[in-house]
Amino acid sequence: MRQLANGRLRLAAAVAVVTLGLAACGSDDAGSGTDTAGSEEASDIKVGLAYDIGGRGDQSFNDSAAAGLDRAKEELGIEATEAEAGQGESDAAKEERLRVLADSGHDPIIGVGFAYSAALAKVAPEFPDVTFAIVDDANATGDNISNLVFAEEQGSFLVGAAAALKSKTDNVGFIGGVQVPLIEKFEVGFTEGAKQVKPDIEVQSVYLTQPPDFSGFGDPAKGRTAAQGMFDAGADVVYHAAGGSGSGLFEAAKAAGGLAIGVDSDQFETAAPDVQDVILTSMLKKVDVAVFDFLSSVSEGNVEAGPRVYDLEQGGVDYSTSGGMVDDIKGQLDELKQQVIDGEIEVTDPTA
Amino acid sequence: MRRWDVRDVALGLAAPLLAVAFSLVIASLVLIGAGDPVLSTYSLLLDYGQRPRSLALVLNAATTYYLSALAVAIGFRMNLFNIGVDGQYRLAAMTAAWVGGAVTLPTGLHQLVIVLVAVLVGGMWAGIAGLLKATRGVSEVISTIMLNAIATGLVAFFLRKVAVPVAGSNNIGTAPIAESGRVGGLPLVPDSALEVFGFLPVAVLAGIAYWLVLGRTRFGFELRATGRSESAAVASGVDVRRMVVTTMLLSGAVAGLVGMPQLLGASYSYSLDFPAGLGFTGIAIALLGRNSPIGIAFGALLWAYLDVSSVILDIEGISREIVTIMQGSIVLSVVIAYELVRRYRLRAEQSRVGRELAQAPRAEVAA
Repeated sequence: MRQLANGRLRLAAAVAVVTLGLAACGSDDAGSGTDTAGSEEASDIKVGLAYDIGGRGDQSFNDSAAAGLDRAKEELGIEATEAEAGQGESDAAKEERLRVLADSGHDPIIGVGFAYSAALAKVAPEFPDVTFAIVDDANATGDNISNLVFAEEQGSFLVGAAAALKSKTDNVGFIGGVQVPLIEKFEVGFTEGAKQVKPDIEVQSVYLTQPPDFSGFGDPAKGRTAAQGMFDAGADVVYHAAGGSGSGLFEAAKAAGGLAIGVDSDQFETAAPDVQDVILTSMLKKVDVAVFDFLSSVSEGNVEAGPRVYDLEQGGVDYSTSGGMVDDIKGQLDELKQQVIDGEIEVTDPTA
Repeated sequence: MRRWDVRDVALGLAAPLLAVAFSLVIASLVLIGAGDPVLSTYSLLLDYGQRPRSLALVLNAATTYYLSALAVAIGFRMNLFNIGVDGQYRLAAMTAAWVGGAVTLPTGLHQLVIVLVAVLVGGMWAGIAGLLKATRGVSEVISTIMLNAIATGLVAFFLRKVAVPVAGSNNIGTAPIAESGRVGGLPLVPDSALEVFGFLPVAVLAGIAYWLVLGRTRFGFELRATGRSESAAVASGVDVRRMVVTTMLLSGAVAGLVGMPQLLGASYSYSLDFPAGLGFTGIAIALLGRNSPIGIAFGALLWAYLDVSSVILDIEGISREIVTIMQGSIVLSVVIAYELVRRYRLRAEQSRVGRELAQAPRAEVAA
C-alpha cells in the first residue's frame, strides 16, 4: 500500500511540476495583435514586429520597442501586427514567425532582440523585396537588413561616473539580469565610468541568473536580495541592467537608505511613487527611438541597410535628469559625455 | 481473456481522448471569456498546422519531444522521477557541440563521436542522482532538481570558456560543427522546402529499443517489477540499488540524445538560444502517453502540433497562451481520466469475478 501511495504522490508531483512549468511560460497578460491606429494620416505600411520572450508588457526592452511602434502608429499612421516568442523555442519557430509575417504582406519586419539573429539571416534572403530590421544585433547582415545597435557601454559609463561622484563610501554596485554578452557591456561601461572618476573605487558586480534561465530579467525578489547584499557590503549606489527585476533594487535602496540607477527608460517616471526619491538617474537606451526612426525612414522610403549605431553622439543612449538628483554633477557628466563623443575617452565594448 | 481486448483498447484510448476533449472545453471557455471567436480559432490552428511547412516543423519538434519523453518514461517505469532530463540534455548538448566543433573526423565517425559524447555526459549526469539514491537514499526528485540548477551554471561557465566570438553578435556559442559532423535532412513532407530532421529514424529506433528492452528482456522485467513493488522485487532477488543506478544511467543516456536533432540537424552549435525546457515537456508527454512507446509518439505529435500552430495565433490577434492553456489542461485532465478509467476497470473486473463466483456454486449444485 505504501508503494501505491508513493506512486500516486509521485504522479501528483509530476503533474505539479509540469503545470508550474507551463504556468511560468505563460506570463503575458498584455494583449497583442493586429490593430489599426486611428490616425488622420493613413499609410499603407503594415509592420510586423516580432518580440523576444516576454513581449509587450515586459517592463523592459520589448516594451521600449512597443513604445516606438505605438508612436509610429500614431504619428505615421501605419498598421502593425505583433507576435511574441515562446519560452525556450527553437530557431525554427522564430524563422516561421518571420516567414508568416512576410507571407501575409508585412513590410517592414522587425525582430526585437539578438535571439532573432540566425532566423532573420535565413529568412531575409527569401524575401528580397521586404525590409527587415533587427534590434541588438549586427551579425545578421544583408541587402535588406538594418541593424539597430546601441553603445550601451557609453551610457553606462556616464551613470558609472554619476554613481562614483555620489558615492560616500567609495563603493558602488552593478546588478545584471542574466549573464549574457549584451549585459556585460553595461557592466564594463559602468565600471570604467566609476573608475574614471575615482580610480580606487570598489565596484561590486553580480548577475541574477545564468542563461538559459532568463528569469533574471523579470524577478524583483532576486533583484532585491542581490541589492540588499550589496548595500550590506558597503555600497551606497547600485545600478541595474536587469529589466523587471530592477524594482527589487529600488525597494532595497529605499530600505537601506542608498541610491539606485535605473536602465533602458527613465525609471524615475515609471517607478512606484514611494521609491522615486532613491532613483539617482537612469541609463537611457532608446530602443523606442531606434524603432521609430527606422519606421519613419521606411515610410519616407530612404531606409538604409547595415548597422545604425545609437551612441552618445546620436543620442541613442544617455542619462536622465528627472528628479533633479544629478543637477549638481551635471556639469561634470556632460564634460565626460563630450570627451566620449570626441573620442578622448574610449569606453571598452566587450562584444566588439 | 481475449474477449476483453477490444474493450481494453477502447478504454485505453478513452482517457486521452477525454482529456483532449476536456481541454478543448476549457480553452473554448477561455476564448469566449477573452472575446475571441472560438470556432475560427480552431480552424485557424487546423489550417495552419496542415501546411506542408508546418507538418515538417511538427515532425521535427516531435522527434525532440519523443526522445525527451522516452528518457522520462524509463525512470517512470521504475517509479523513478527523473526531473533532471532538462539539465542532462543541455549539459550533454553543450559538451557534444564543443567536442564536435573542436575535432574534424570522417563523416560517420564524426557524428558517432558527437552522439557518444552526448550519451555519456547525459548518462553520467543522471548517474550522479542514481548513485546518491542508491548509496545515501537521497530522493532523486530533489537531487535532479538541484542537478538541473548546477547544469545551468556549468553550461554557462563552460560556454564562456569555449565560445568563439562572432563580430557584432550579442550571442555566444561553441564553434560550429563542420559539414562532416552534421546530419542532413530528409525530404519526408512533399511540397515543403523544409526538411525533416535526419535524426527522426533514430528517435523511432529508440522507441523500438525502449519497447524491446522493457517488455522483452529480464532487465526490463526487473525494472518494471521494482517499479510496481520494491519489496516484492527484493524478495525475488532483484538488486534494487544496482537497478536504480542502471535505470538512471539509461534515462540520462537517452536524455543526452534530446539535443542531438537540433544540434546536428539545424543549429550546429550550442549557443545562448539553444532550445531550453525540453526536459519538462518530456515529463508532460510521458504522462500523456502513459509511458508506452506508441502513446508517447502520439503525445509528442500532439504537443508539437499545438506548439507549431501557436505561431499563427498572435499574428492573427489571438493570445498564443491559449495553446499553453490547452497543453496544461490536457496534462491535468489526462491524469484524472486515467484514474477514472482505472477505477472503472477495477469495478468491471470485480463485478465480472463476482458474477463468475456466483455462477460457480450453482453449477456445483446442479452437478
